[in-house]
Amino acid sequence: MSSVRLEAVSVSYDRRVALAPFTSDVRSGEWLCFIGPNGAGKSSLLRAIAGLVPHEGVIAVDGAPLAIRSARRRATLVAYVPQSPVMPDDMTGFEYVLLGRSPYVSYFGHESRHDRAMVDSVLDRLDLEPFADRKLGTLSGGERQRLVIARALAQEAPVLLLDEPTSALDIGHQQQALELVDRLRQEHGLTVLSAMHDLTLAGLYADRLALLHEGHLVAMGDAAHVLRAETLSEFYGASVTVHQESDGTVVVIPRRTAQRD
Amino acid sequence: MIAAVGAFVIAVILGVMIGPAGRVSSANWDIIWNVRMPRVALAGIVGAMLSLAGASYQGVFRNPLVDPYLLGVAAGAGLGATIIFAVGRDATNGWLVDPLPLVSFAGGLVAVMITYLVGAAFGASRSGVTLVLAGVAVVSLFTAIQTFVLQRNNDVIREVYSWILGRVSNATWGDVRLVLPYVVVSSVVLLLHRRHLDLFRVGDDEAASLGSDVARIRIVIVIAATMGTAAVVSVSGLIGFVGVIVPHAVRMLAGASYRRVLPLSLIVGATFLILVDIPGRVLQDPAETPIGVVTAFFGAPFFILLLRSKRSLV
Repeated sequence: MSSVRLEAVSVSYDRRVALAPFTSDVRSGEWLCFIGPNGAGKSSLLRAIAGLVPHEGVIAVDGAPLAIRSARRRATLVAYVPQSPVMPDDMTGFEYVLLGRSPYVSYFGHESRHDRAMVDSVLDRLDLEPFADRKLGTLSGGERQRLVIARALAQEAPVLLLDEPTSALDIGHQQQALELVDRLRQEHGLTVLSAMHDLTLAGLYADRLALLHEGHLVAMGDAAHVLRAETLSEFYGASVTVHQESDGTVVVIPRRTAQRD
Repeated sequence: MIAAVGAFVIAVILGVMIGPAGRVSSANWDIIWNVRMPRVALAGIVGAMLSLAGASYQGVFRNPLVDPYLLGVAAGAGLGATIIFAVGRDATNGWLVDPLPLVSFAGGLVAVMITYLVGAAFGASRSGVTLVLAGVAVVSLFTAIQTFVLQRNNDVIREVYSWILGRVSNATWGDVRLVLPYVVVSSVVLLLHRRHLDLFRVGDDEAASLGSDVARIRIVIVIAATMGTAAVVSVSGLIGFVGVIVPHAVRMLAGASYRRVLPLSLIVGATFLILVDIPGRVLQDPAETPIGVVTAFFGAPFFILLLRSKRSLV
């Protein structure tokens, strides 16, 4: 259980500002999802939290700034799932998930029996044992995505960063992967920060949405507040209708702009 | 692992048994000890080092096509060695530390750094081809400089030329003693980093997000691999392709995890070079066929096959 504090976090590449100062507190166990058109700064923010790009401002987990941590210590606090993970074809599922234990292994050391047992139990919990000895190259997109999540889980970090975790999956596998993340969030009290393109799914799973546009925060709140037709039309240039189901689910439906003959 | 050690023992026995002077007997014990044994020892050390370094370079650059030869390390080390030959081996005889491996090391390190910087600057880091092309350019450049140095120093051309072709034929125990310390240090450092090489397989970003200090570890591995390579190149000359063939064969047999690939490359590399040294002794008897010619003969077609397979361009 860990809270994340983002205090005036900004990211620039050369002189171009990718993310203007962003401030927010993420409660322990909360799921905050960043949405916004391409180039809005979603990935930059997640990469800054993961320590992969230099940033200004303060990123703190449970009150302690990450900047003072070593890379290894940081990796025990924050697990990062990139948009398109590199998955070597000839690596086995077990070897891949075992990489998640790296932050706990000393420089010249090797994974302990505990680390291996931990990987076995993660594979077991996610019903992935059949893939332990399979090569990644022989697995389907959905199976690979579950292994990526398994690796992040093996990392035992209380904060999980997901950059477009489901963009390469079909609707069934998208749902499976997100359900899995949500289940793990509840079982382990994970704090989740994600970036997502599918607005309906984002609203369905996240507690809170933050809409970014050209590096600036333009709206933040629950799905009903952020996902409005006018807002989406203004910042995505999209023509949509937003429909609210009786259970509170917000559905974003794309519309054709030109009338059909 | 056991099979690899078994093959190594057989190779050593064959290496000692076969040669123009016939089988082992008390009459030619002197030949065995002072001609064949150092030759087998040096071939083993060179093969082990080139294979281990090749596997390590492939790991840090995430590119199964590179080896000490293609990265320009061998050419850089060769240039360094040529300069030492041009200065004259007589002049360096009295020195406390033989400068040959050190100058080779410097040449090799400069070459691999240029290759890496050029390859990384002009290509996406995932494209294996750019790095290989950069290596080709660096090899040409260093070879040209080497040729220039040679033309200015006609008297050492023969000596350098036979060295360029790659040889372990006139190895002495002195050669073995010269390279062994560098090879041992380099091998130990590389083997200690084999877990990190597995982490590198998921790319710089993910390795970093898993707590790895990617840039520093990469430099440590490149320096260690280059030191070992330069040392063996400085006595054995340019023996190409070993660093690609052996790790690749090991991967096919034992899987791609560097925890197995590195130690197995060491043993299989030693075995391989001891074995391919044998036909060179008898093919053109009494003349020697340089071992570099034999490895290129097998290695070049193998490399083309490797280029053809799509999987190799990770």
